[in-house]
Amino acid sequence: MSTFDFLMQGLVSAMEPINLLYALIGVTLGTMVGVLPGIGPATTVALLLPVTYQLDPTGSLIMFAGIYYGGMYGGSTTSILLNTPGESASIITALEGNKMARAGRGGPALATSAIGSFVAGLIATLALAFVAPYIVKLALVFGPREYFALMVLAFVTVSSAFGNSALRGLTSLFIGLALSLVGIDQLTGQNRLSFGVPDLLDGIEVTTMAVAMFAIGETLFIAAQGAQAPDKVEAIRGSVWMTAKDWARSWKPWLRGTVIGFPIGAMPAGGAEIGTFLSYAAEKRLSNHPEEFGNGAIEGVAGPEAANNASAAGTLVPLLTLGLPTSATAAIMLAGFQQYGLQPGPLLFATNPQLVWGLIASLLIANLMLLVLNLPLVGLWVRLLTIPKPWLYSGILVFATLGTIGANPSVFELGMLLVFGLVAYVMRVFDYPIAPVIVGLILGPLAEQQLRRALSISQGDVTTLVQSPIAAVLLGLAAIALILPLVLRLRGRGNVLTQMAASED
Amino acid sequence: MSLDHNEQTRSQRRPDWAALAIAAVLAIMAAIIFFDVARLRDMGGYSQVGPATVPDWIAIVLICLAIWTVVASFKGDFPQRERQEIKPVAWVVAGLLAQMVLIRLVGFSIATGVLFGLAAAGFGARRIWISIPVGIVLCFAIYWLFAVVLQLSLPAGPLENLIH
Repeated sequence: MSTFDFLMQGLVSAMEPINLLYALIGVTLGTMVGVLPGIGPATTVALLLPVTYQLDPTGSLIMFAGIYYGGMYGGSTTSILLNTPGESASIITALEGNKMARAGRGGPALATSAIGSFVAGLIATLALAFVAPYIVKLALVFGPREYFALMVLAFVTVSSAFGNSALRGLTSLFIGLALSLVGIDQLTGQNRLSFGVPDLLDGIEVTTMAVAMFAIGETLFIAAQGAQAPDKVEAIRGSVWMTAKDWARSWKPWLRGTVIGFPIGAMPAGGAEIGTFLSYAAEKRLSNHPEEFGNGAIEGVAGPEAANNASAAGTLVPLLTLGLPTSATAAIMLAGFQQYGLQPGPLLFATNPQLVWGLIASLLIANLMLLVLNLPLVGLWVRLLTIPKPWLYSGILVFATLGTIGANPSVFELGMLLVFGLVAYVMRVFDYPIAPVIVGLILGPLAEQQLRRALSISQGDVTTLVQSPIAAVLLGLAAIALILPLVLRLRGRGNVLTQMAASED
Repeated sequence: MSLDHNEQTRSQRRPDWAALAIAAVLAIMAAIIFFDVARLRDMGGYSQVGPATVPDWIAIVLICLAIWTVVASFKGDFPQRERQEIKPVAWVVAGLLAQMVLIRLVGFSIATGVLFGLAAAGFGARRIWISIPVGIVLCFAIYWLFAVVLQLSLPAGPLENLIH
């Protein structure tokens, strides 16, 4: 069967009434949580993952796809109206979008961001569908050492290539890797670092960790800022509809943003924010109104928002075809698959095609629902932003613990939530990035397996890792990504990297 | 100007104690890993690659990172921290602790309602005799939605048993 047939089959399965309902619940919850200030898609997905526990795999993944895309739409709304981007990929949106909102053009800013996200999501999801089979074919020639090299590259780009400090990025990554050792070793069945505690034999739950690190850590951090002046929500004045001129200025940036964003997301090379920066730079150069940039240029919202969504869909390429999460959000999605014993990768396309294609198809449907849900109802979501701070953050804590209790109602698990929440708070205070911990935790055991397989085949000879050309190139890229930023920083050129900081996704 | 200069030389000479503490934690983590996998070290078999190999490597890198952190702390490479207020954090932590202790005894709604009230106090809503009952009602509604409609298993207590 061709890709097209598979996609059609997926659409038929996603169009079943019950699955449409799951998708609707997913996008609604996703938007609702994503719109809360300081909460990005990664946190949204982590908070809502347990909601999907009781469904069958297909329904659960469909709801999940909705939550993922919904969280991203919600995040843009907050960035534009409140200027508190919940994730680094929304920083640019906040930059221009909030200026537009202050100038009374919040409506068109929200509209161009929603329609741009829709266009980008549509094109990028289709691109995902058509690219995936080729990557799957390529992945079949990958052996353990190629996989290991790919994971090393992902480790480096997630932790140290961008951001303020290679030291702090690598420290976060290795904290994650150290925590990933806890539990039973998958190859020999030996206990490691479980100290006789039965709860630790299965290892540290990724969802517990993600909720603790993102939701609890962030809440504690905001609490510690004390009573500051409340953030100002910009009212949406005027129409949410765009004028003909807005359309004329928006459609090209949407397409350019998509073309820039998708490949960047699809490469195992860091998160969505790089695409948004490149798109912003491109729009600024190509615009007929360069003087408006920095004061609310609509192109500066349209392009980066499209790039953001396109690279989010692009992240699914390595996740679905190789089982390789390259962002915190993707790492949590991988945990979502694993709760059903599904391991994304080339095999999943062969053994469970209806599930994979159902998921891809439901991304298309979720995207459409979100457009309908967001444009007319945006006023309703905005009202969520006016909830007083005490109720808002208490509510977030209730939801955060609800997920953990629902997954595993044990006092021990709640204790872990508290301990790692405090760890994340301290990390935030000292400016350590959070995402590498999660990526290290989930990718660590996979990388270890591949490494040990490769070394067993070579009977312990480490040079085997660079004897395959693909693996050698990938490790070489990883080395460059590790060393080049260090050199740039030593020469005082670190500012560019700081701007590209990967704080959450 | 001269004041600025003083600030800078002082920060260069004096190590950042918090950074040293972080370095110590990293070193302790490395030590724990190193000693815990010691018993697995002779399981490598023919290829000498076993369950202790990767933990050992990670422990070594953690030591290197600890040393790098110490160097950074002496060079003043650590970021300036904003002033942190401990009291609100303590309220939120107290809420999480209370929920942890109470959940087995009184069920989801009451325990989580207490968390809601104490956390709200941390964010400035100090009238906990109002916010705790509000929280309990809210959590009871959530319990109904998730445990009864979505069939998620949440710990039940006296309140929850009323609707079963």
